[in-house]
Amino acid sequence: MIDARGRSCPEPVLMLRKAMTSKEASYEIMVDNRVSVENITRYGQHEGYRVTVEEREDDYLLRLEK
Amino acid sequence: MKEKRETMILGGAGLLIGVIAVLLVKFGNPANMGFCIACFLRDTAGAMGLHRAGAVQYLRPEIVGLILGAFFLSLGRKEFSPKGGSSPVTRFLLAMCVMVGCLMFLGCPFRMVLRISGGDGNALLGLAGFACGIGVGVLFLKKGYSLKRNYKQTKAEGAALPILTLALLLLAVIVPVLFFATEAGGGPGGSHAPLLISLAAGLIVGAVAQLTRLCMVGGIRDLILFRSVRLLMGFVGIFAAALICNLAFGFFKFGFAGQPVAHSDGLWNFLGMLLVGYGSTLLGGCPLRQLVLTGEGNTDSAVTVLGFLAGAALCHNFSLASSANGPTLNGKIAVVICIVIVSIVAVANTIGKEKGR
Repeated sequence: MIDARGRSCPEPVLMLRKAMTSKEASYEIMVDNRVSVENITRYGQHEGYRVTVEEREDDYLLRLEK
Repeated sequence: MKEKRETMILGGAGLLIGVIAVLLVKFGNPANMGFCIACFLRDTAGAMGLHRAGAVQYLRPEIVGLILGAFFLSLGRKEFSPKGGSSPVTRFLLAMCVMVGCLMFLGCPFRMVLRISGGDGNALLGLAGFACGIGVGVLFLKKGYSLKRNYKQTKAEGAALPILTLALLLLAVIVPVLFFATEAGGGPGGSHAPLLISLAAGLIVGAVAQLTRLCMVGGIRDLILFRSVRLLMGFVGIFAAALICNLAFGFFKFGFAGQPVAHSDGLWNFLGMLLVGYGSTLLGGCPLRQLVLTGEGNTDSAVTVLGFLAGAALCHNFSLASSANGPTLNGKIAVVICIVIVSIVAVANTIGKEKGR
């Protein structure tokens, strides 16, 4: 899982993009703000993944699956 | 589809902001300066006596409105989330450098767009420099540049600066003699829309920018980084609406020489905005965005805004700021030094971060 909590835009997306070079079928990334949730959802969908968001107290766990 | 809708919303928000910006000029703000975060923070620094340049002293209610508009809307949308602690001193330093660039060019990225829409050709060179600066910043972002993570803060910490700005405005209304103010006709500080109109305009634009995450730096950055035009549409909307309104009111005047509150030294307009684009990319957003994030409780952005304020004071105390006559020698030296400082910050916070720490 990528822990991008505390990172501000656009760092979480860049962390995900870097991880995606391994071309796995699924990724998990944890963020702590809605801007990052929106940006990662948009980026994930753009890359052809299904994105689900789970709220965990103050954080958000995003799952990306092909 | 969703992205298309978001792009449309951003464009619409830009249109609204563009109209408001030109209306502010109609109501008394300086030409092509409906909004200028850099100029307004500089005027505010002057109002508090942080610098003594008599032509640019006025506590701009737009600034207070922008922060509070974002503050109240983020509270209402449950997006007020106090956080901070991501290299605050580095951010303060970067903010000072960005302000040096803004006052070399005579405007923040927001005013740059407004200047272009008023026919100021010098601002096109600024735009070119701005895009180049962002391009350099993006290179470091791709290499893993980071000012490290932030941490949750208390509500009181997050609300401190928004409430302080409100207190400052109230103080200026109740005890105006405490503050410096440029007389009408005495310079840009003396030209301003009535207080309540300025405040209302700030509140609306602050709220709209909070809702849409509008950011001038983000627009070009995301275009380079992700080939996404979404954020850029805000930019385009502001330009289009301001252009139409400027034409309608007869404010539009294309040219390079004699443009309002501007100079025509192309090289330094370019380099000034290059510094702004570069530094702002490392800060994560343009000056407008920093005000909005301050309203959302981001204390790193609050520190950045304080850095802008300090930078503006320094610019006038050390004669770094340009005027309609052109840049100063001190200003040119400062811009070069600041580009070096920003580069050191970029390199120092990129090295060793490749492993995703």
